[in-house]
Amino acid sequence: MNTLLFRQGGMQIIVPRPQGRSGLPRPVRRLLGPVLLLAVWEGAALAGWVSPDTLPAPHSLFTTCRELAAGGELAHALEASLARVSIGVVTGLACGVGLGLLSSLTALGEDLIDGVVHMARTLPWVGLIPLLIIWLGIEEASKDALIALAVFFPVYINLVSGVRQVDPGLIEAGRTLGLSRLGVVRHVLLPGAMPNLLTGLRYALGSAWLALVFAEQVNSLNGLGYLINHAREIYRTDIIVVCLFIYAFLGLAADFSIRFLESRLLAWNGAFATS
Amino acid sequence: MTRTVCPPQSAPAVRVRGLNKNFGARRVLADLDIDIRPGEFVALLGTSGCGKSTLLRILCGLDTQFEGEVAVPSRRGVAFQAPRLMPWKRVWENVVLGLSPPGSLADAASVLAEVMLEHRAAAWPRELSGGEAQRAALARALVRQPDILFLDEPFAALDALLRLKAQQLVARVWERHGFSVLLVTHDVEEALLLADRIVLMCDGAVACQMDVTLARPRDVSGPGFGAMRRTLLAWLGVSGDV
Repeated sequence: MNTLLFRQGGMQIIVPRPQGRSGLPRPVRRLLGPVLLLAVWEGAALAGWVSPDTLPAPHSLFTTCRELAAGGELAHALEASLARVSIGVVTGLACGVGLGLLSSLTALGEDLIDGVVHMARTLPWVGLIPLLIIWLGIEEASKDALIALAVFFPVYINLVSGVRQVDPGLIEAGRTLGLSRLGVVRHVLLPGAMPNLLTGLRYALGSAWLALVFAEQVNSLNGLGYLINHAREIYRTDIIVVCLFIYAFLGLAADFSIRFLESRLLAWNGAFATS
Repeated sequence: MTRTVCPPQSAPAVRVRGLNKNFGARRVLADLDIDIRPGEFVALLGTSGCGKSTLLRILCGLDTQFEGEVAVPSRRGVAFQAPRLMPWKRVWENVVLGLSPPGSLADAASVLAEVMLEHRAAAWPRELSGGEAQRAALARALVRQPDILFLDEPFAALDALLRLKAQQLVARVWERHGFSVLLVTHDVEEALLLADRIVLMCDGAVACQMDVTLARPRDVSGPGFGAMRRTLLAWLGVSGDV
């Protein structure tokens, strides 16, 4: 009888699934992957499958890290690298926001700036290193400029497209509320473009680290890049790997700082709300 | 039913003479004349494409590409079909946006209380329901203590029950504040419920006008309502029967 009913499209019983999976909480489960990878790496090193000259074991990296920190080399290198990134990011951000606003808010600015920027954008900025060295010298200025360039383009492009995407209805509403031109920029256009600007900034910080690595491979006398180059000459794979990890952690920290900015500045946007 | 409007005792709140507006070769407003008296509630009725929204944009100061004579009060409140709240400002910040000197939370709270939204002052616009957002937009128009309120189909996106409530709210604040209202709508019943005078637009000009003499508060089932409704529908070229 039951079978017959089902053939005719009868009842179906939907069984409730037990809520919540038993076992480990999600953050712990997410940590399992990296921990497992480290364990395999350590195991392979201990078993002698990988030579320490090719890839040193994780535990020896901690020792190297302690040595570098104790000798003061690490702090010195970090200081130099962070100073370069800071100067480059601030300069690139200021230029990107300044020119981006000029270009998106005035017709003359758009005609003068936008085309040039989009042409220049097609140049791979790494290719500019030799030119920057000739123009600005081999010292800090050329390195700062390279980082600033890497930051400028994503900031400019995302800001301009963000301003263009603001709902024209909101601009009209702002005008009927008696906002001046500057008031519309401050209360409507800039906050409306903020999600795009932060996306641009996140991408820009990623490029900034990349530019730092490139810049420091060329005749640096300090910084993480110098540490890597020096380690290569004395065949210290462990120092190279430690520096690579530090680059990765710095990139991660930059990403977290952008996430923090988003949660503060974009609280109005449900996607970023913390509560 | 058409009556000539009484000559204004005082200077009109809105005065438009010989207004012309073209979009390319298409003539949208053709020698349009209209007056609105202080405190008068005028409903602008017409099929879509008759130029009523264009007229409203000109009166709000959003469109200055026109020919003719237009005089409106400098203190104006506007509510659009969409609430158009800034998503990045809390409700109370939206209400006082553009006020000079800058408005405070207290300024916003008193006008939000008037539209029964005081408890949502600190909310983000995305957290509001459709009806609440529309009321917040009305509060934003009211806080400016306008001499005229321009309403561009502000109830069109609301469901039938909310629309009725919103109409009652507008009638209440209008009676309390005594400003003029220009309500753009294509809803005949809404115009009859709210307006002192209904102006019918056709092809970019005023086709005819009707003084609504029904006693307030009004009711769709009240005496005289049906007859006026039939007249208006006939003007719009529709028979009232379904």
